[in-house]
Amino acid sequence: MPVMNMIQAINSALDVKLAQDPDVLVFGEDVGYFGGVFRVTDGLQAKHGLTRCFDAPISEGGIIATAIGMGAYGLRPVPEIQFADYILPAFDQLVSEAARLRYRSNGEFWAPITVRSPYGGGIFGGQTHSQSPEAIFAHITGLKTVIPSTPYDAKGLLIAAIEDDDPVIFLEPKRLYNGPFDGRHDQALKTWMGEPAADVPEGHYTVPLGKAAIVRSGTDVTVLAYGTMVHVAKAGIEDAGVDAELIDLRSIVPLDIDTIVASVAKTGRCVILHEASRFGGFGGELSALVQERCFWALKSPIERVGGWDTPYPHAFEWDYFPGPARLAKALARTMENR
Amino acid sequence: MTDSPALSLYVPEPLARPGEAPRFDHLSFAAGAAEVRPAVDAPEHELRDMPYGLVRVLGETASAWDPVLDPEILRQGLRAMVQTRLFEDRLFRAHRQGKTSFFMKSTGEEAIGVAQSMALGAGDMCFPTYRVQGWLIARGYSIETMINQIYSNERDPLKGRQLPILYSAREYGFYSLSGNVGSRFGHAVGWAMASAYRGDRGIALGYIGEGTTAEGDFHEALTFASVYRAPVILAVTNNQWAISSFSGIAGAERTTFAAKALAYGIPGLRVDGNDFLAVWAATLWAAARARANLGPTLIEFVTYRVAGHSTSDDPTKYRPADEGSHWPLGDPIERLKEHLVALGEWSGERHAQMEAELTEALREAQRAAEAVGTLGKSKPSVAEMFEGVFKDPDWRVIEQRRELGI
Repeated sequence: MPVMNMIQAINSALDVKLAQDPDVLVFGEDVGYFGGVFRVTDGLQAKHGLTRCFDAPISEGGIIATAIGMGAYGLRPVPEIQFADYILPAFDQLVSEAARLRYRSNGEFWAPITVRSPYGGGIFGGQTHSQSPEAIFAHITGLKTVIPSTPYDAKGLLIAAIEDDDPVIFLEPKRLYNGPFDGRHDQALKTWMGEPAADVPEGHYTVPLGKAAIVRSGTDVTVLAYGTMVHVAKAGIEDAGVDAELIDLRSIVPLDIDTIVASVAKTGRCVILHEASRFGGFGGELSALVQERCFWALKSPIERVGGWDTPYPHAFEWDYFPGPARLAKALARTMENR
Repeated sequence: MTDSPALSLYVPEPLARPGEAPRFDHLSFAAGAAEVRPAVDAPEHELRDMPYGLVRVLGETASAWDPVLDPEILRQGLRAMVQTRLFEDRLFRAHRQGKTSFFMKSTGEEAIGVAQSMALGAGDMCFPTYRVQGWLIARGYSIETMINQIYSNERDPLKGRQLPILYSAREYGFYSLSGNVGSRFGHAVGWAMASAYRGDRGIALGYIGEGTTAEGDFHEALTFASVYRAPVILAVTNNQWAISSFSGIAGAERTTFAAKALAYGIPGLRVDGNDFLAVWAATLWAAARARANLGPTLIEFVTYRVAGHSTSDDPTKYRPADEGSHWPLGDPIERLKEHLVALGEWSGERHAQMEAELTEALREAQRAAEAVGTLGKSKPSVAEMFEGVFKDPDWRVIEQRRELGI
């Protein structure tokens, strides 16, 4: 099986769908001839043709509006928003239109669009290339939000998202594009070479939306994470020396509540880790759900580890980024309660 | 620099407020360049005066734009316009009687939705504003179903999820409406791009009000339409008022809305929107361009919003109460009626008889809808509240439905 990094895996998913389904088309800023600023769409225009993969004006609102119109017509557009930080001009389209079209028209029209967008920090991208906006989409009734953490999942989830008849926000943890970054920024960079999850089949397969992955089984504490934080969590768990159960949510909407509840019922402890700033982040929803459903099993308060409640800073990348040390501290705190 | 005067901020104000004499002298109603009907494949640079003229047919002695329609078509158009007006008057009263929560009228603007609905094909899709109910009526959509939607009753096709008149009727070429203005304008462009992508033959028509041309949606749609030569007609219905803001607040003191096309390199037509024949002719011209792969056209329909913005609005608070009766482009129904009478194809008696027939049919439809129920007296199953969020419900709506006990 070929070894792919996450860029190649996503490219492969698009390639498979473009070849298989004439209704799939890809467009966005710089995605055509050039192949995207992260090279994710590299070669797709040459292989599939100009009308299948093309450049769009710098107009995120326009990109999503036209994608919705195409989707309502019957196509399956896969627009790219160059950075998730740039998605806000399209927010009205996503909230007021994509998410509501099926409901308000009683199923006469719907928007089977998949909006791909690189997100997250750890790349010294400053405020405008580092943010994690997943919670604002999770709050919107009618949108699905998917976040892979490995090349294998990225390809399978993206194909599932494209084949899904609802609008999907597909957030790509850009720090994971080239390797499984675990937050140990002062150590040698790892690539995807040699990682089992980088063995990616060439052809079509799906990873279903709404099914979490138990990355590591354990009995002491449940760690909930997604995206880059899955790898950070592995490192933090190792540092803390606890027998943690690590769950990669893979999609936050739909959310695999059953896997979460079963795990916390078993461990009695829960630590939530995400890059986004903590207040109002998706960790708050996770914490509430765990409290509502697992209160009598809990031995310790639920912990949330996230970015600080500041804008994403440039020079303070590693002071802001919730790395393994911060998770390890939270794990130690939660283990103090017996 | 010290010699320069102190700066002052300019805020546009309409020429007349309540109690003052209505004035429209800021608008030009001269046909000008639009006296000529250019070939549909005329290069854009030859069309740059068009946005400053006015496409007119009715009242002109020999307009180059006359679509030369069969009198039977004109009678059908007149009938749909009258039906629209009577329908709206009736449902406006129904709102005042407490039978629904909200309603909006298109009085004075009926020619636009009706003529375009008739001029375009069954395979074309319009992306409406809430002021083109005439589109549906002209295509024979069930009045009773419209009233069921307005009453959000058990037979509401949208299952009680939508505000009154925010219809969706795919089979009638009528895209799902929303209360957010402007946000479907780009969908029309995407729809048209999809038709072109597949090599199909349908085109799209997007509507937007003149006030909403200030939104980014308008400019984004024009950019995409121009860049990809989308087979789309982009229509600005300039009815002079956006709730209480006159068109100058959207830039009308400086230029015409049709002229916004110039910067995008696409043709812009300025059309007498109260002239059924002019609306028809301009629509056909733009449609012919779209169907010939020549790309988009922006059309400004100059009209006047005779009624308030909605049932929640009182226009006498911000404009002269008699402003509508001074509107220089007259009433679209009266103008078409007079034209047919002058042709010897219509009469006052036939008109009165038609009105009586339509009124009776409307009364019947309303009676049937009220037999199902008005707002609050009848509603779809509450289970419908939880349907259609996604194609398949996720655990949240399943659990919450159980929590509500249904």
